[in-house]
Formats: sequence, structure tokens, C-alpha cells
Amino acid sequence: MRWRDSDLFHSFSKTPIAWVALAVASVCVLGATFAPWVAPHNPFDAASLHLSDALLPPVWLAQGQWTYLLGTDDQGRDILSALLYGSRISLSVGLTSVVLSLLLGVSLGLWSGFAGGWLDNFIMRVCDVMLSFPSILVALLISGVGRAFLGSEHASFSFVVLVTSITLTGWVQYARTVRGATLVEHKKEYVQAARVIGVSGPSIMLHHILPNVMGPVLVLATLQVATAIITEATLSFLGVGTPPTSPSLGTLIRIGNDFLFSGEWWITVFPGLMLILIALSVNVIGDWLRDALNPKLH
Amino acid sequence: MLAFIFQRLIQAAWVMLAVAFIAFLLFQYVGDPVLFMLGQDVTPEKVNELRSELGLDQPFFVQFYHFVVNAVQGDFGISLRLGGKVSTLIVNRLPATLELAVAAALLALLLGIPLGVYVALHRQSAMSKLLMTASLVGVSLPTFLIGILLILIFAVWLGWLPSFGRGEVVQLWGWSSGLLTIDGLKHLALPALTLSFFQLTLILRLVRAEMLEVLRTDYIKFARARGLSERVIHFQHALRNTLVPVITVTGLQLGSLIAFAIITETVFQWPGMGLLFIQAVTYADIPVMAAYLCLISLIFVVINLVVDLLYFWVDPRLRSDH
Amino acid sequence: MSLLDIKNLSVDIPTRHGVLHALKNIDLHIDAGEILGVVGESGAGKSLTGAAILDLLEPPGRVVGGEIRLSGERISGLNPQAMRQIRGKRIGAIFQDPLTSLNPLYSIGQQLTQTILTHLPMTAAQARQRAVELLEDTGIPAAAERLDQYPHQFSGGMRQRVVIALALAAEPELIIADEPTTALDVSIQAQIIELLVRVCRQHHAAVLLITHDMGVIAETSDRVAVMYAGRVVETGPVEQIIESPRHPYTRGLMASIPRAEAQVERLQYVPGNMPRLSDMPGGCAFHPRCDRAMIDCTSLVPLLETCSARSQLACWNPLPLGQASDEERA
Repeated sequence: MRWRDSDLFHSFSKTPIAWVALAVASVCVLGATFAPWVAPHNPFDAASLHLSDALLPPVWLAQGQWTYLLGTDDQGRDILSALLYGSRISLSVGLTSVVLSLLLGVSLGLWSGFAGGWLDNFIMRVCDVMLSFPSILVALLISGVGRAFLGSEHASFSFVVLVTSITLTGWVQYARTVRGATLVEHKKEYVQAARVIGVSGPSIMLHHILPNVMGPVLVLATLQVATAIITEATLSFLGVGTPPTSPSLGTLIRIGNDFLFSGEWWITVFPGLMLILIALSVNVIGDWLRDALNPKLH
Repeated sequence: MLAFIFQRLIQAAWVMLAVAFIAFLLFQYVGDPVLFMLGQDVTPEKVNELRSELGLDQPFFVQFYHFVVNAVQGDFGISLRLGGKVSTLIVNRLPATLELAVAAALLALLLGIPLGVYVALHRQSAMSKLLMTASLVGVSLPTFLIGILLILIFAVWLGWLPSFGRGEVVQLWGWSSGLLTIDGLKHLALPALTLSFFQLTLILRLVRAEMLEVLRTDYIKFARARGLSERVIHFQHALRNTLVPVITVTGLQLGSLIAFAIITETVFQWPGMGLLFIQAVTYADIPVMAAYLCLISLIFVVINLVVDLLYFWVDPRLRSDH
Repeated sequence: MSLLDIKNLSVDIPTRHGVLHALKNIDLHIDAGEILGVVGESGAGKSLTGAAILDLLEPPGRVVGGEIRLSGERISGLNPQAMRQIRGKRIGAIFQDPLTSLNPLYSIGQQLTQTILTHLPMTAAQARQRAVELLEDTGIPAAAERLDQYPHQFSGGMRQRVVIALALAAEPELIIADEPTTALDVSIQAQIIELLVRVCRQHHAAVLLITHDMGVIAETSDRVAVMYAGRVVETGPVEQIIESPRHPYTRGLMASIPRAEAQVERLQYVPGNMPRLSDMPGGCAFHPRCDRAMIDCTSLVPLLETCSARSQLACWNPLPLGQASDEERA
């Protein structure tokens, strides 16, 4: 099989940490995707909660119970189940944002590089300005504006606002990379020849330039997944992300924070660990991918 | 060189204008600007008076001009949430955030640079591998989690350090400082550590990467061939060349530190601008958001300018007119 | 006794795909004040030899055999501390690219005085004075004023002069010059080479001149060593090597020197390429390109044998002595 002979596979099999990371990430993603079937409880079904089971510690501490492996919160919700459902939300918000910012960034980059002139200048200026501001600030601003615009309706649109804010902070990297590659390819003869024959701009962009850019874009996307998940968690922690009714890992951590001092540390720590696991494994995979696809290191 | 400074000042002015424009759009079109200016507890007569005075029928650019004039004087109206003048609110909170940011930056530099140099020079040691792994983990850790973990360990379990607020502050000509009391410093410890963490890992990796690059250059090879000692090569030649890009990056990061303070201040309930901003976002308090945006942009622009000038001073190649 | 004596030097480079034998049983010597030109194609091992002498091999390359002696004392295998005292003080080096050889953040005065003070006991003021003298020796006008300037304020040729001054700063007995003019403009290459030779003779330093440019060798060297695929294949006085080479490869190299007097219709060249280290043919590495190859050449590696007091040869079927390459002359 050709893939097995490729440098990529060779490099992967030589880096055991990448295997571990891939395994961890897979477990997390699978657990999150199949949460409704895998989780022992449904923490968001109010009817199934028993207040008498509130604030139970994890099973290995005194008073812990096997039905609630990682303990419960103040409403009797099972932490393990909340983890799985929460990961689901964190991952879906993260992945959606990455896909959207990829589409946005790649399109703008292609267009900018191809069209040139004032459009190119303008888009690049916007990129420069956006890159000089920390993304969290931009995301917060967009959240705030969204809330102001939507007034009291903002709760039902919180997901849209959230995804929009993360998307709008992530597209810039793609745009720059793709534009750079477009400029390089643009000058090459085969592109000029194609234009002379009359092949349309979008066709050239799609069929010629895009395949050449996919490598770095892929690396970016992988690393961005971790960033997106962390950004979402941060926004949720700050209170402008997912609502408590469908909490992501960040929201869970925020809720659990209130219980730190009264000793129920598990409510915050376990979602936190889950977040770290996901972000770390995705980062390791992204790092490995970047090294593997880097021609200079060979 | 004067031409360069002038050019950068013009650029800075453009950026500030663009930011002011966005702030203006927020002010005018997201909610009611009159209420922003006067607050919510005013009589309808006053509202009408101001409305006609502001003239929402006046041309767009006239309104923008008024806004900029006000902004330059620091007048961003009244906070929707707290009712006080936005400028007063921000000025009160500024010292807290600045002290936190500077403390974090110093921590990141004082720890990051030596560790980065160590890792570059002793690539194979176990300590280096440990540090590099830790830095990879550090990049994957969101700031708020670090804060929570630190609180858990040092405040809840060990009880050594406080985790809430600034502690005792001393007023110095209008600047409230927490640096002059033990209590204040204790309160500063965990937040500063949390905020510095990301910077630290960044600086460590940057210094390591730069130093490794520099050690591969021809001038280092030539210096070796001239018999210069390893200490001189590492610390006089390599380090100096390494620090040039590091300074730039760090300087630019100072601005983002101030922005990241939002998260740290929330975790530790540190009474700074960041906490003010997040509360404004939750409440959709537009005047505060607009003011914060403009102030942060100003800080960024000033820092960028200072870093550029610093670059001039450090790299002789830029000084002559080549 | 020679100033520099290299015997049986071998250098290996371990790689992912196996060990590369980059230098094999190198025998070379340089007498005091002599200029030895080391010539060969890219990849023949010339620069590696220079690096090995100074113990500046890039890891994972390492010396695996042989020894190097400076004025009779063994310098190969010395501890790093001792080696550092030899570098700069007894053996100096010049590399190819003057642009990247100088630290852009320090003035050339600083770089010169630092080198001088590392090796010679004198005060800072004396070192500065010496730096000015060195710059004047290497032909830099207004040396005293330019001392505080930075490398980027000098042109390419001037920079190489500074590099030469730096190499000579501590009065070494030997200078290893690795392709000193390759990165320079053709119009100043001759100037710099002439300067190098003059200044070295002035300071009584021998020169190991590494280059692939036969023209430079012809102009400057006393003796020549020809390297091919990690081995020395022929050495001898420069006139002998040029006029009556004995190794077929050397003959090919000499034929590629454009000469004004010879009426050649086209430049000769040796067809084919030097084999890669990972792909060595059996026997003599040159035999696939050699028109004098015999059966023995394909299986036995020719050893470097002394032919006379100043020449050596490694070939099973060399050109006969004295046979001036009539074909080329005609």
C-alpha cells in the first residue's frame, strides 16, 4: 500500500508519542461523539437527577459511589457523563469553527492572491491589524456586540455568536499562507498559459493552486483545532460561551470553580483534565504533522 | 531615522483612527448613544436636548468627528452597568492591570531566557527534555486552568497564598500600588505566575530555537576557528544575536499580556481593567467596551513604536541608511 | 620536519542509512612558509580535511583513525581546552563567505581586539593599535577610522580582507583558507588571492589553500595535492602537477584550465561525475571515468606512494613520467 511506504507513515511510526496522542485523541473524540450511548447517565435530563446524590466525591474517596465514578455536582449530575457531553459540545464548536475559518481564510487568501491590486492590499491590511490583536480580545468583542445586538434574545443565539467569534479570529492564518502560495504559483508559466487559453480564474485556483497549499493548511488546521477548543473553553469560562443548559467543558469548569474552596474539587478538576488531554493530544499530532511535512528537516 | 519615526507615527495615527471608527460604530449603532452619554437615569428633556444637540441627523463624519474629539479627551460617556463615567472607571482600574502585566512580563523574561539558553546549550540532558515537554504542555494549557490549578494547590491545599483580590494597596499620587506591602505582593504572586506562564513557554521555545540557529552560523564557526572560549562564544556572540529577535517578540507580547489579563483577573477577581471589560461584555455595556478597545489599541500602538525604536538601537545594520 | 603532518587520517559520518567514509587514509604535509593547494571537485573531502585539522568537524562526523602533528606535536585527539589554544594562535582559518563570517552586531574593531586579546598578552590599547596595523596590512584604507564600523558597512572584498586580518591576528604559523574567493566578485578574486599570499608570506605563515579553481592554484601554490572521493590521489610541486601530471584525474583537471597560450578548440573535461560517498565503486574510485583503467583498478584501491621527495601518487596505471600531455599541447 503506497501510504505505508510514504515518509509520513515512516515518520509517524518512529515517533511513539504521536501514537499515544492519536490514541488519546481518538478515545476522547469517540467518547464525545457517542456520549448519549456511552455515558452512564444523562446529566441534562432534570427528571433523572436525584438531589440526594449531590456533591458526591469520586469513587475512590470515602462516600463515593460506583454509579457516579467521578462524583457529582451540586445538582446531582454525574461528572463523568457531564464530561462526555461537555466534550461533545466543546469538540463540535471547535471543529465547526475550524472548518468555517478554513473555508473563509482559504477563499479569501486565494482571491486576494489571485486578484492582486487594492483588494489584495486591503485584505492583507485587515489581516495585519487582526493579527496584532490577541484573538481572545477579538472574540470577546464580537461576543459583546452580538449580545448587544440581540438584546434579550442572545441566549438562544449563543452558539451562533460563539462559533462566529471563534471563526473570525482564526481565518487570518489561512488567508496569509494561501495568499503567499497563490502569489508564487500565479507567476509560474502554467498558470499564465492557462489564463491565455481562457481557463477561468476560479478553475485555476481550485485545480492548480489549492493542491499545492493543502500541506501547510492541514498543519494549520490541526493546530487550530486545539486553539479553537481552548478559545471556546476560555470564552465559556468567562461566561460568554455556551450556557449552563448545554455546557461545554469550559462552562463546566466555571460552574465547578465556585466549589473549589468548599472542598469539592472534582467538579472543576475533571473537566479541566479532559480539556488538557484533548488539547494536548491534538497539539502533539499537529506538531508531528508540521515536522513530518517540513521538507527542510529531511 | 527621523523619517522612519515620522512614518511610523503616521501609521500609528491611521491605526488609531481605524480603531476609533470601529468604536464609534459600536457607540452609535449598537444601542442608544444618547443613553451612553448621559446614563440611564436622566429626564426625557435632557435626552431630547442632547439628541438634537448631537443631531443624529447630522452628517456621519461630523458625528465621527465629535466622537474622536471626545475620545481624545478621554470622554466615553457613562457606563450602562455602573453609572459612573467610563474614563474614571478605567483610570481607577489601570494601575492594578499594569502592575500585574509588568510583573508577569518580568517573570516570563527572567525565567524564560535563562531556561531557553540552558535548553539550547545542553540539548541532550534530561532536564532539557523535561523542560521542552513541559513547554509543550504549557502551550496546550489554557490560562484559566493554570490559574485554577495554582489556586487549588497553593491556596486551597497548602494555604500559602491568597487567591482573591489585590490585598493591601498604598496610594502614591493617585496610583494605587500593591507592590509596597507584603500582603499586596502575596496577592500578586499567583496571578502574576498564571499570566506569565504562556509568555514563559513562548520565550523559552523562542530563545532555544534562535540560539540553535545562531550557533549554526558561519560567524560562530569562524569565532571558534579563532580560538575564542566557549563562554565568550555562547554569551557574547550567540546570546546577543539571539536576544535581538527575542526582544521584539517579547515587547509585542507585552500588549497581549494586558489583554490576556482579562482571563487572569477573572479567575482571581483581580480588580483591573480586564475584569471591568468582561463584566461589560456580559452586560453589553457598550461605552466601556468601546473605551477599552481604544485604550488597548493605544497601548499596542505605543508598544509597537517603542519596540521598533529599540530594534534600531540594538541592530547596527538598521542605523545607517542602507 | 614539516610544520603540519597528516598521516592516515580517516573521517566517518554516521547517517540513518549507514556509515559514510568521508575521508580515507589521508596523507598530507605542509612545510613552514609553504603554500599547499588542495584541489578537487565539490564533495571530494577538501573542506572536511581542513575542518578535521582544527577539530571543527560537524557532528556526527568524527575522526576514526590517523593522526595530525603540528611541528611534531600531536594535535589530533587533544582535549577541547588544549585545542582551543591552538585555534587562532597557531592555526588560523578563513572561510568562504565573508558576509556571514562576521558577526553583524559587533564592530570589526571589537571582533579584532577580542581575538587579539584572547591569544596575545597586551593591553586593550595595544590590541587596538595592532588591529589598525592588521587592517593596514590587508589593504583597508583609513584603517583607524574604519575600526569602529560594522561589517555591513564594508563591501564584499573589504570584508574578506577583514576576515584575513582576523585570521592573522594572533600570528599563526598556518592558515587554512577554505575557498576564500569563491563567494567574491570575479573582478576582485585575483586581488584577494594575491593579498592572501603576500600577507601570509609577510607574517611567515604557511597556507593550506582549499579550492576547486585550478587557475588559483596555478597562480599561487608551491605544491599541490589532488583529492578525489575522500582520498589524496596525487601530490607534487605545482609545475610538475600542471605540466606533467601522472594521475589520469589530475590530467583531466589540468586540461580544464583555460590557458591563453594553448590553442585548444574546446575545453577538455572529464566525463561523468564523482561518485557519492554512499555509492562508491569497488577498487579505485575513479576507474569508471578513467580511460586508462585496468582490471586491477576495479578491485584494488591504489595506495598513496611516495615517488620523490616532494611528490606522491595513488594509481595502478599512471601516465608515464615526463610525458607532457602532448595531445593537449597540440
